[in-house]
Amino acid sequence: MTARIEVQREARRGEPVEVRIVIQHPMETGFRYDALGRQTPRNVIHRFECRYGGVEVFRASMGAGIAANPYLRFFVRAERSGDIECRWVDQENATGYASARVTVSG
Amino acid sequence: MLGTPQGTLQAILMGAEMRRGRVRLELPLVGENGHSVPMTVRVDSPMSEADYVRRIDLVSEKNPVPLMATFFLGPHMGRAEVESRVRLNGTQRVTAVAQLSDGSFWFDAADIVVNESACLDGG
Repeated sequence: MTARIEVQREARRGEPVEVRIVIQHPMETGFRYDALGRQTPRNVIHRFECRYGGVEVFRASMGAGIAANPYLRFFVRAERSGDIECRWVDQENATGYASARVTVSG
Repeated sequence: MLGTPQGTLQAILMGAEMRRGRVRLELPLVGENGHSVPMTVRVDSPMSEADYVRRIDLVSEKNPVPLMATFFLGPHMGRAEVESRVRLNGTQRVTAVAQLSDGSFWFDAADIVVNESACLDGG
């Protein structure tokens, strides 16, 4: 699964750092039919988590109510330089990973 | 029970009251296309170890599965604000319920006119 993560590279300690991520995924609702009338099985990224310096800071449990190619924007408070790591899994157990490094000063 | 918005809210609240305030749910007034509607939710919270937002649930009035997403937040986020894009099956009211670290529930609701539904129920 292709994903793009954007995080500001440098931050001051204590400042909320914006994390933006978009993941290429159809988020199949299970309500769609193909040309032959067969139902396309539901397959959504149901679990997304973000760790910063190894500690879980944000988690999302998602359903078909989240649009295809899910986009999330959230914040992480800058504590020390380290990696912001995102992991996710869909209902077919396909997993994805994206990370970005933030350098913290002050 | 989770098939209805009321049942979904009851399952979140588990008997607790929710009060309007502290939460701000932003949706456009009109969504041309229900397949992808920008949605931002923010909660008035210091996001400190002593006082933070624990979770935010997004409940749709018209989608076949009312619970669209649950966000689990914590004091490490620094700011209680999450943006995403949602699917909406028609004109409806969307409710965002936040539970704070003291256990209290707060909510905001937004009405949106959806011109082209996401047709989540295969219609």
